[in-house]
Amino acid sequence: MTGYLLRRTLGLFGTLFVVSLIVFLTMNVLPGDPATAILGIDASEEARATLRAELGLDRPVWQRYGDWVLGVVQGDFGTSYFFRVPVSELIVERVPLTLSLALMGMMATVILGITLGILAASNQGKPGDWAIMLMSQVGIAVPAFWLSILLVLFFAVHLRWLPPGGFPGWDEPWLAFRSLILPATALTLVQSAVLARVTRSSALEVMRLDFVRTARAKGLSRGRVLRNHILPNALIPVVTIIGLQVAGVVTGTIVIENVFYLPGLGRLVFQSIANRDLFTVQALVVLFAAIVVIANFIVDIVYVMIDPRLQDRLK
Amino acid sequence: MRRAAVNLWIGATLVGLLTIIALLSLVWTPHDHTLLSISNRFQDPSVTHPLGTDQLGRDVVSLLMTASINSLTVAFAAVGIGGLIGTGMGLVASARGGWTEAALMRICDLGFAFPAILFAIMLAAAFGPSLGNAILAIAFINIPIFARVTRGAANQIWAREFVMAARATGRSGWGITWQHILPNIAPILIVQATIEFAVAILAEAALSYLGLGAQPPMPSWGRMLSEAQTLMYIAPELAIYPGLCIVLAVLGFGLLGDGLRDLTDPRLVRSRK
Repeated sequence: MTGYLLRRTLGLFGTLFVVSLIVFLTMNVLPGDPATAILGIDASEEARATLRAELGLDRPVWQRYGDWVLGVVQGDFGTSYFFRVPVSELIVERVPLTLSLALMGMMATVILGITLGILAASNQGKPGDWAIMLMSQVGIAVPAFWLSILLVLFFAVHLRWLPPGGFPGWDEPWLAFRSLILPATALTLVQSAVLARVTRSSALEVMRLDFVRTARAKGLSRGRVLRNHILPNALIPVVTIIGLQVAGVVTGTIVIENVFYLPGLGRLVFQSIANRDLFTVQALVVLFAAIVVIANFIVDIVYVMIDPRLQDRLK
Repeated sequence: MRRAAVNLWIGATLVGLLTIIALLSLVWTPHDHTLLSISNRFQDPSVTHPLGTDQLGRDVVSLLMTASINSLTVAFAAVGIGGLIGTGMGLVASARGGWTEAALMRICDLGFAFPAILFAIMLAAAFGPSLGNAILAIAFINIPIFARVTRGAANQIWAREFVMAARATGRSGWGITWQHILPNIAPILIVQATIEFAVAILAEAALSYLGLGAQPPMPSWGRMLSEAQTLMYIAPELAIYPGLCIVLAVLGFGLLGDGLRDLTDPRLVRSRK
């Protein structure tokens, strides 16, 4: 297990390194001059040259990349060209909102997805199963941003129960929570549709195995067999999907924050594109990609930890 | 088996309808979708405008029809480009094996670190937002998906007796790949492409909604939704139609893909009963 952990950790850092390289090269080396992008094509050559010097763009690429990576490792993402403050400050201000949204979405997804999946599997072939599967089939096809608009139309415009968007700040926790309910719901419904399907098919697969029949035959109740025998085995593949969904939810916040005008990291990305604030975009893309990579890494580790059979194979 | 057939038929019908409507929009729409008429804005459904008009007096049906060809083109181009490159990588990995295979698969793992939206954001920041960049971003995420599926399927075929026989006769790796491997994994690739089509339509809609895809005046379901969102108190119905189109299109390709997979993979048919 230790050897495996070590190998995977090395792999993680390798991946993060290459990811940072890809992002940096896309933003800096491909044709397209950041100075022109910021100032527009009408700017004079002098103005562009000054800005290039100010941004440090007149130095060789490898040197800029080295400086940037060294900075990032120390938590310094450079200075935002538009806001004129360190990018790390912009990020730290916005992390609580995006993190809360992602956590709310993820928790609801896990609870809803697994419950519906198990319900469908234990009622296989009956109307309940059929209804859940139909809902999830449609749920997968619904774009999260359209679902958000529908939720706003119904709960904010029509019923006036919840705010249609915006964020009041953390000073009033209850209002803050209220303004995150619709965004988190939009994130959740689509993801739990996926999770319910995976849970159902995984549970059905396990239910057919011999040890389940044996457990039933020795007189255990349906509920106990489900809890003690089916669930632990059925949830192993589900963990993989949940890991992928962490990535889905985190990148989903980018879209959802823009639908609901929430001042989080996802909204900052778009403001930065509009403002031609390349350093900020660069930092955020690396940050989001790193979250995706690390989520996958954790899933791989957890996967081995919860399945003792895999540990034996690794020895 | 019955459920697979139902999926297949609903999916095929939806995809067929969508294709017909999209092709029809090339030669005919009820009105010119670029025709602005401020005096006619926010009209209720009528005989001349079956779904009414939008905030600029444009006919909604005509806009939706024209947007469908946009969606299909993006999906076709993106899945086509990504599918070709990915399949090529998968075939090479499988045919060469050894470190080539290991290296190519590691590159694919990297691809999974970039969801389409991140890649599109990067391209938009570097080159400005455009439909071409959206296509590139969606194509990019298809490469590792197709590479993995192709390699997995091709490796199974390489282990079969008839391939070993072909190798024993001294045929080259490329000859075998072209003549035996590709035709045998084609059904799997077609199924995958159908499913990725659904994903691509969804991705295009999201990117266009965010302003990273189709640019005005090109009609796109995603962009129609972002415009409608600002008019929710005046004309909520404008926020309904484009979303329904996206759902039906995605559902169509998704069901068609599921149905085709059940047809081509007997193991799945049994487990679904």
